[in-house]
Amino acid sequence: MDKPLTGALRDDRRPLTLAEYRSAGGYRGLQQAIKNLDPEGVLQQVKDANLRGRGGAGFPTGIKWSFMPRGVGAPKPRYLICNADEMEPGTFKDRLLMEANPHLLIEGMAIAGYALGASIAFIFLRGEYTRAAAHLQRALQEAYDEGCLGSNILGGPFSMELYLHTSAGRYICGEETALINALEGRRANPRTKPPFPQVSGLFGQPTVVNNCETLCNLPAILAEGAAWYRALGRHEDAGTKLFAVTGNVRTPGLWELPMGTPIAEIFEQCAGGMAEGYRLRGFQPGGASTDFLLPQSLELAMDYDVIGKAGSRLGTGSLILLDDRTCPVAMVQNLTHFFAQESCGWCTPCRDGLPWAEQLLTEIDAGRGRPEDLDTLLDLCDQAGPGNTFCALAPGAAAPIQSALRLFREDFDAHIARGSCPYHD
Amino acid sequence: MPRIRIDGQAYEVKEGLNLLQACLGLGLNLPYFCWHPALGSVGACRQCALLQYRDEEDRQGRLVMGCMTAVADGQILSLKADKARHFRAGVIEALMTNHPHDCPVCEEGGECHLQDMTVMSGHHHRRYRGRKRTFVNQDLGPFINHEMNRCITCYRCLRFYRDYAGGEDLHALASRNHTYFGRASDGPLESEFAGNLVEVCPTGVFTDKPLSQSYTRKWDLQHAPSICVHCSLGCNISPGERYGRLKRVQNRYHHGINGYFLCDRGRFGFGHVNHPERPQQPLVRENGRLRPVAASEGLAELARRLETTERWIGIGSPRATLESNLALRELVGADHFFTGLGSHPNALNRALLELLRLPGVNTPSLREIEACDALLLLGEDITQSAPRMALSVRQAVRGAGRDRAAALNIPPWQAQSVQIAGQNARHPLFISHVTATRLDPIAEATYRASPQEQAALAFAVAHCLCPEAPAPEGLDEQAQSLAEKIAEALLHAKRPLIVTGPSSGALPLVEAAGQVARALLNARPAEACPPALIPVFAECNSLGLTLLTQDAAEADLEQAFALSEHGPVGAIILENDLFRRAPGPLVQGFLERLTQRIVIDSIPSPTLNAADLVLPATSFAESQGTLINNEGRAQPLFPVHALHAERRNSWQWLAAVAGHRALKGFASPADALATCVTAAPELAPLSQALPSAAHPFTRLAVPRMPHRNSGRTAAGANLDVREDQQPQDHDSCLTFSMEGAPAPWLSRQSGIGARLPFSWYPGWNSNQAVHKFKDAVDGPLRGGESGMRLDLVCRDNGWHRPLPVDTEAQGLLAVVQPAIFGGEELSNLAAPVFQRAALPCLRIHPDDAPAWSVADGDRVLVRGASAATELPLRVDPRVARGIALLPPTCPPLGTGPTRVSLRSLGSDPLIATDHPEPTDG
Amino acid sequence: MHLGPELSPLERQEIEAECAHYPERRAAAIEGLKVVQKHRGWVSDGSLQALAELLQMPVGELEGVATFYNLIFRQPVGRHVILLCDSVCCWIKGRDDLNRRLCQRLGIKPGETSADGQFTLLPTVCLGDCDRAPTLMIDHQQHGNLTPEKIDRLLDQLQAPGGEDG
Ligand SMILES: Cc1cc2nc3c(=O)[nH]c(=O)nc-3n(C[C@H](O)[C@H](O)[C@H](O)COP(=O)(O)O)c2cc1C
Ligand code: SF4
Ligand code: FES
Repeated sequence: MDKPLTGALRDDRRPLTLAEYRSAGGYRGLQQAIKNLDPEGVLQQVKDANLRGRGGAGFPTGIKWSFMPRGVGAPKPRYLICNADEMEPGTFKDRLLMEANPHLLIEGMAIAGYALGASIAFIFLRGEYTRAAAHLQRALQEAYDEGCLGSNILGGPFSMELYLHTSAGRYICGEETALINALEGRRANPRTKPPFPQVSGLFGQPTVVNNCETLCNLPAILAEGAAWYRALGRHEDAGTKLFAVTGNVRTPGLWELPMGTPIAEIFEQCAGGMAEGYRLRGFQPGGASTDFLLPQSLELAMDYDVIGKAGSRLGTGSLILLDDRTCPVAMVQNLTHFFAQESCGWCTPCRDGLPWAEQLLTEIDAGRGRPEDLDTLLDLCDQAGPGNTFCALAPGAAAPIQSALRLFREDFDAHIARGSCPYHD
Repeated sequence: MPRIRIDGQAYEVKEGLNLLQACLGLGLNLPYFCWHPALGSVGACRQCALLQYRDEEDRQGRLVMGCMTAVADGQILSLKADKARHFRAGVIEALMTNHPHDCPVCEEGGECHLQDMTVMSGHHHRRYRGRKRTFVNQDLGPFINHEMNRCITCYRCLRFYRDYAGGEDLHALASRNHTYFGRASDGPLESEFAGNLVEVCPTGVFTDKPLSQSYTRKWDLQHAPSICVHCSLGCNISPGERYGRLKRVQNRYHHGINGYFLCDRGRFGFGHVNHPERPQQPLVRENGRLRPVAASEGLAELARRLETTERWIGIGSPRATLESNLALRELVGADHFFTGLGSHPNALNRALLELLRLPGVNTPSLREIEACDALLLLGEDITQSAPRMALSVRQAVRGAGRDRAAALNIPPWQAQSVQIAGQNARHPLFISHVTATRLDPIAEATYRASPQEQAALAFAVAHCLCPEAPAPEGLDEQAQSLAEKIAEALLHAKRPLIVTGPSSGALPLVEAAGQVARALLNARPAEACPPALIPVFAECNSLGLTLLTQDAAEADLEQAFALSEHGPVGAIILENDLFRRAPGPLVQGFLERLTQRIVIDSIPSPTLNAADLVLPATSFAESQGTLINNEGRAQPLFPVHALHAERRNSWQWLAAVAGHRALKGFASPADALATCVTAAPELAPLSQALPSAAHPFTRLAVPRMPHRNSGRTAAGANLDVREDQQPQDHDSCLTFSMEGAPAPWLSRQSGIGARLPFSWYPGWNSNQAVHKFKDAVDGPLRGGESGMRLDLVCRDNGWHRPLPVDTEAQGLLAVVQPAIFGGEELSNLAAPVFQRAALPCLRIHPDDAPAWSVADGDRVLVRGASAATELPLRVDPRVARGIALLPPTCPPLGTGPTRVSLRSLGSDPLIATDHPEPTDG
Repeated sequence: MHLGPELSPLERQEIEAECAHYPERRAAAIEGLKVVQKHRGWVSDGSLQALAELLQMPVGELEGVATFYNLIFRQPVGRHVILLCDSVCCWIKGRDDLNRRLCQRLGIKPGETSADGQFTLLPTVCLGDCDRAPTLMIDHQQHGNLTPEKIDRLLDQLQAPGGEDG
């Protein structure tokens, strides 16, 4: 199988040097873009490849780019930002890419920058990824030294500066407009949309924010062509994706697989199924902010629309498994604690609603819940639902609560009826 | 005009609004918190949700935030749908999880937007069982209390304080449900607009500290539509009284002037009304001491003295109403009436008035200033002398950001996006002044020089614009290139503005301001928007007084002094402390020469102490009369509470005199106003304010107290169980009562806006009720606003010829720097304002220190032509060379432009301790 | 090395380098805070003030930034900062046991610094090491697949004389 993202990685996962990367076919995509295509041509390739954003929402990258004003009259400077904030629990895909093959990202960003006419680009890296930071910093130096960044990249007319910004830790920084505020040295509250960043983003200038993994797909698309890339997918969606499995499975981990791979295949073949003595109760298919699904959904193909239709989201493609020995109430409490704590504090349903939900879940888990608390929880989820809050953090927080109340209702009822947690005796 | 449907009802709404604005404009009750009419939308609270349907078939609808959704033709919406109602109640419920249940002891109670919205949204049952978060509060200085536990995190405070008013010391700290609004550490809020937080905060986080010292709920306060008397802008205010004490001042909406905001001097400067040393009843001098007497006796004394002395002069005042000044002039005769100002201030006022007369030049309101796109401030630090105007200037400068956003199709109410798209874009603001001003940080360029050099700069600007305007001589290269830059900016602006005022004390500077406007008019194409020019004046009725006396040949204080040297003369001094007007020795001599000294005033002063007869005047809060602001807008004042028998409007004392001096035409406020109408041709438009049969308000009773006032029956119960009769007000459409026309009825009457004592509407107890009295949220009060612009006669005096800058003069030129706190006479009597005043000191440029052998921190003797004073010295590189910058409380040291000499008296003990030690945490 | 409130030349140099990436100085606020923290372990009021001046922004504005982010410490921390993941994958894999062991060994509660000033224990959100859950991070080093016994060994190493730079 072709692996545009991880194919070149060394077995020991040490980062590829520029030379190693080159000999594995690196910087061919950038070469192709700069030597043989104009920016519009690159954009067209990306559209044709049907690349969808890997940051969670799956928005088509080519379309996102096309909202960026280009051409002679367009405002300058224009910015490109790689979103490598990766703080969603259960998600660690971007980390692998940056730690093990930093040049892949750099090349991807140079290609995107060329297509967008961005003269300045940033990698917004979460603060705890110190190893990734070190590897990227070294790779950036190499790339500058070898003319892959800076002025007249690969001898062409295109120039772009690429800087690494390391964050100081807040999940909300992953939200693209909050990220922009963070990059401007401000409090990371999200911004009003519209206007979208492509129109008025970093420092008010046109800006595109793409996920790290999204950008890492570009070198292969340019080098091998859109048709090749599309054909990698096993279902509707194109290309490959990094899928993770965590929880009580035999071998938790991260694998590059075609889009559309059935969940069961990832779960059984890659992760080796449940660990000894555990049974699968349910799972979150795309990270902590996605709705739970039941084991019968294992048949589904990991495609944006398929998972969407099943009532959840592909999200970051990181499966978090709930087993039969873990209390679903406590798990949801843990998830809600995360979201309540990471709320930026801008809008009411999130800022005040989530801590309340957390408090109720804590009470229920401790056996102090009341039957009517479940209605209150559902109300709070409704309040925090899509469109009701300023950004997508709160809906992401509501998703696991709401789906757990639906799918594992008997556990909630049992806690309340017994006045204690059934998993604890 | 988009047509939309809300709950089955069709409406036409204005293009470009958001749904919240549209709903409020239609009179619908849609609750909100983070949106504010002047601050725009940020979509934070999620309170203004309503349901939007895709089409006729759609039964589900989806929630949208009213404040974040633009109106569009054909929208189908519901406020009443269960889903929307339930969501809004849920938002309140979530906000309440952390909001304390302290309404009974909260000073916002009874006028709390959060209370109103809670009731409106229908949330009434508490489900939350957890703990509430608690915060430590800060000491924010003498104006504002801080109670962070009540915060609902709407970000309004920050958006007003930082984004709108340019304050740099209030911040959002921490995050999530621990977000804290405060300073980096305790200390007085620096912004001179901090007081607005009291009204901007929808709950009780920021409350009025002076009010809390003797607290009364809004529903127990008696109010009147009144005008601020602390500068010349004439901001509309709503003072509140209880038990004869003025308790607080709040903003009263005026579309053209103050909008939603006041400065802190206007809000907290009313202490003179309650001042313990304020004359309470007439005082008669006996054996060298002033003895209190009854009003009747005071009047008898007045009559007796008027009869016994032959010659009388009257000394008027720029802080007294038009009626009072006119009554005095009528009493003593125009030839014997003096303005109470020296010849120089009089000349400045007349020159400023000439600016208002310039043909073809627009006199902008503060609101119109906000739309200007190139601004020149000439020799007047409006941040100190006309603070509310500085707030408007800030909005004008920010306009560049709004323009940039508009180019990206971002509507102006989309506050956050406008700011991001606008970045630091600023319309050019040029500031020429003798020292730094608080607007300098947002200025494109500043020019710090003597008033003469500033005048030369302005004349050069005029010359650049129009070669016919004579060029000044000897301008240095730098100033010349600045002049060119300013001319360029003004010429190409859509709406250029020039501002000037009297503080620099330089007539040529005022004339030069007019010259720039005139040159601009010549230089710009005929179809261009006329240039705007606005003077500020020193006091609340400076312009009224100037209009009354502009044609008098001899109305200067010096002339009154001279007259007293020729034969015996008595003087009636009206609301004026002459020691602030002229050098002490001259005033002293004058007062001693007078055979009679009658002083009518509402505040204690050295002049009053020298009187033979004192008649206590009403303060603004008890006065009925007219003030004319800097734009030439005449505005009425109404008494907040019924007159205390011993205090009267100054004109009422004079009108009550019997005998051959008896005054005609001052029988009532209406009569006095009618007399003003005929006093000068330009005052004729005042007749619009006269009660007439056609006037709807003559028959109306507008209550001064909100509906729920408990004072009617309980106020005097501790003294006598019999109910006092409500005082009657025969002189206006207002009543001293909570009874009268109900607010919903009033809200539908056109023209009532100008007469609203307070804003209240059923369900809207906070000041946000004001929407109910408007047709559009961003529009004026229904049917017009308080006051009317006078029709000033246009006059073109041709080009002024610049005078050469005098380089030979000896000594430093004295310039008095106005100060928002600690300068103006009345507000200086208010303790919280006085606390915010800086230590008075003299400032000079470092280069000027050696010549006088003085150094920073010295106590120096400052000697002018007619008087001397001692002050601590600060050497300050921001002060122009050759200038002695005097504090606003400094008594006059000479008449007219004064040069001073300095002598060191050794180091000053006060200022030596003024340097804080650097600390590290 | 004791650093006074004023920024050292090295700190200034590092901060200036970051400022160069942005059109306005204040944009380097977060980098600035991190530089200061790197050199001093935490950000004191004095260094906050000094940094605000260097970045030409009001100190309160910088405080607003500093208190927004999880990894900026406005209070002194121990010599070693232990970030123990408390998110879902680590929780499923028993991070609560690790927490108990750490608290017990160090004699502190989460959020506190040990009496000897050596360790600060902070709960933290997902460290992105979920396939090796439960995990923690000490002084920027990640450690995965932990058990209470491994915790003991880790602490032993750090507490051994001269053992901190393992
Ligand atoms: C609360 C929140 C956190 C997010 N965190 C991340 C993140 O860590 N990394 C990421 O790439 N996208 C994250 N996103 C999605 C981004 O907002 C954005 O959609 C994405 O970076 C776009 O990149 P893409 O088009 O390449 O997917 C987050 C969104 C929300 C609402
Ligand atoms: S949903 Fe609201 S409070 Fe929560 S992170 Fe987004 S904007 Fe902030
Ligand atoms: S007023 Fe609309 S969200 Fe706050």
